[in-house]
Amino acid sequence: MKSLNEMTLTLASRSANEGFARTAVSAFVAQLDPTLDELGDIKTAVSEAVTNCIVHAYPDRVDKIYIRTRLFENNLVEIVIRDRGLGISDIDQARTPMYTTGDAERSGMGFTIMESFMDRLQVRSIPGKGTTVTMTKRISMRLSGNRL
Amino acid sequence: MKVVGLTQDGVTNLCLEGELDHHAAKSALIRIGQIIDAELPHSVVLDLCSLTFMDSSGIAVVVHTFRRMKELGGTLTVVNIPPHAFRIFRAAGISRMIPMSERTQKNERRTYKR
Repeated sequence: MKSLNEMTLTLASRSANEGFARTAVSAFVAQLDPTLDELGDIKTAVSEAVTNCIVHAYPDRVDKIYIRTRLFENNLVEIVIRDRGLGISDIDQARTPMYTTGDAERSGMGFTIMESFMDRLQVRSIPGKGTTVTMTKRISMRLSGNRL
Repeated sequence: MKVVGLTQDGVTNLCLEGELDHHAAKSALIRIGQIIDAELPHSVVLDLCSLTFMDSSGIAVVVHTFRRMKELGGTLTVVNIPPHAFRIFRAAGISRMIPMSERTQKNERRTYKR
């Protein structure tokens, strides 16, 4: 499927970049004229995925996080967030609500939030090689017609 | 993320301002802990009216504050929760555990005036 528009972003896995990552993706998606609720959903999902890279993929080093956002026909948004970190050996366990290997200020709800705020979530991971999270969401059509 | 505390008659009102994510959560937790330890209130009201963003990090902040208040034999209430943040609390099931109320338009206006 050919995308109508796309952007890629490479970030250092520093927590100070979490705000930038979600704001950059939502600014790009804004051209589809989403509602504030839809933008909020996307921001939250991106924030969760980027936090996972920082906390779990690269627990003791700063490395790169790759984000690709593509816009397709019928207002479909696809966001791919990839790292070359530790990887996840048991994806089902990692996606279980309240399960976390993080410390006190983590809740174990990251994947659950991504699942509930986006239409579809796919997690692929190879231990030692890294993790790719692919999320899609369809932005509602406005009666006046969306811009793209 | 800014945490503003105001204590009156043993009730500490903690207002969280700005974006609450993983980056902000640690310092917010430390600040909340400092205020609670200094004031030793019998109840804490966590006011989220000035919160502009929250992800699952907010769950941990609320749960930790709840546990700390429980240790002190006190209570925690979370008020003025933006609709978006309320969905996150609901997804985590903590809205059944901790008294919470969503932000309404009326509250928003009142906060704006203050």
